[in-house]
Amino acid sequence: MSLRNGLSILLERHAQALLGSLGRLARQPLATLLTVLVIGIALALPAALYLAVANMRSVTRSLDDTVQLSVYFRLSTTEAEVKKVAAAIAARHGIAQTKLVSPDEGLAEFQKLSGIGDALKALPDNPLPWLLQVRPAPPQDSAAAVESLAAELRKMDGVDLVEADTAWVRRLHAIEDTMQQLVLLVAAVLAAGVLAVVGNTIRLEINGRRAEIEVTKLVGGSNAFVRRPFLYSGLWQGLAGGLLAAGLVTLGLFVLEPFVARLAAAYGSSFALQGLSITEWPVVVGSGVALGFLGAWLAAAYHLRRIEPRA
Amino acid sequence: MIRFDRVFKRYPNGREALSELSFDLEAGEMAFLTGHSGAGKSTVLRLIALLERPTRGQVIVNGKNTGTLRRGAIPAFRRQVGFVFQDHRLLDDRPVYDNVALPLAIGGVPRREMDKRVRAALDQVGLLGRERSFPLELSAGEQQRVGIARAVITKPPVLIADEPTGNLDPDLALEVMNLFQRFNAVGVTVLVATHDIHLLDLFRVRRIHIEKGRLAAVPHVAA
Repeated sequence: MSLRNGLSILLERHAQALLGSLGRLARQPLATLLTVLVIGIALALPAALYLAVANMRSVTRSLDDTVQLSVYFRLSTTEAEVKKVAAAIAARHGIAQTKLVSPDEGLAEFQKLSGIGDALKALPDNPLPWLLQVRPAPPQDSAAAVESLAAELRKMDGVDLVEADTAWVRRLHAIEDTMQQLVLLVAAVLAAGVLAVVGNTIRLEINGRRAEIEVTKLVGGSNAFVRRPFLYSGLWQGLAGGLLAAGLVTLGLFVLEPFVARLAAAYGSSFALQGLSITEWPVVVGSGVALGFLGAWLAAAYHLRRIEPRA
Repeated sequence: MIRFDRVFKRYPNGREALSELSFDLEAGEMAFLTGHSGAGKSTVLRLIALLERPTRGQVIVNGKNTGTLRRGAIPAFRRQVGFVFQDHRLLDDRPVYDNVALPLAIGGVPRREMDKRVRAALDQVGLLGRERSFPLELSAGEQQRVGIARAVITKPPVLIADEPTGNLDPDLALEVMNLFQRFNAVGVTVLVATHDIHLLDLFRVRRIHIEKGRLAAVPHVAA
């Protein structure tokens, strides 16, 4: 048998199994639909969670820019001394930007924002110190780096107090990390669920076609031949489930979009929801296909072995 | 073509079906396998089709030792042995065509060749034109003939049958048995398990008679 001949025989066999399994699924529309629905929902859930985390991260990434330290100088420090220290800090490695705020500027801003300007005017002296706002450059803006920068700045001449309000950043990151782990966990649990559902569907299918399997084995059908239609059946259902999941997620985004836009506008942000990217679509659909195939394979390997022909 | 050499078979439940059974069937030979129910006829056929392996002794079919053949080689081995069952084992939810074509589908035969060979096999058993019928629409004799068409479509060198006429009236039984003889005439080795005394009388072929799992002399008193 030539290679070309062998290949065409192989293709013929697979084509038969492929179309045959599709036909059988179509003949049991309700059972197929239910399985596909379960797979679709089970995949859509982690995909949606993943997108929620990804969108949250894209928001907090812009927030990270505002991580800054406030360096307050002692009241006794002279303007010349302050400027010298400020220049030294600005020249440090890992500092993106610094801004010096004089006591007068600070007071003016405070009066404007606090709404108690008249009361402040009654003060005999300006009680505010010189303030240097320091914004660290990106790799140095992690919670740990900011903390250590603050510790170093505290030791500098004339510095009274350094406030590094990084606790909220840290909490936010911790929440995001937790969510990300949750996505993985949920995905793993639901993947196991999909395997079980597909496996059970295939088990029922195998039981329903027991006679056929026995006769096929009797006339010389190999395990691979007997297994093939069930693997394709799992594959089809996984593919349909994956497409349904991606569709459900896209539909969900479509529904949420105007609400998110309104929320973003209220915050004066131009934030827009991100959907599944061109690379994430195949991941969702591919997961469905892979899980469908694997579930079918496991069920077929287990159940088909136990069907031996009698005569 | 078929050789049993001191074959001993005990089933997992402890029943001893065959003990020290030896016989030879040459290539192109035809024989009846006779004996009372429970004598071990079915076990002999099961051993030939490799549905069972011998507990002791050797079963050689078509040059293959069934006791040592590895699991993965069993399907290919079975394609060399056509098996006709008493209850014909057809798939009732599939048309005649699909039933007969099953062994070809397993072999990956292209559709066009499949059509040709299914028609040829159905022609041989006198059922040409019934491709689209379902087994339950056919008579018992016709169903059995579909089973025979399925057994011979791969042109196996060995054809075995377990009480193929058990459910048929004498005329149909004769028809079926004539078919077997026709296949034998073109060189197929045929072994038919039966206790149909009329047929034994009508067809003067060799008899392999077993009693209590052993080869026994053919009883002289025929009907």
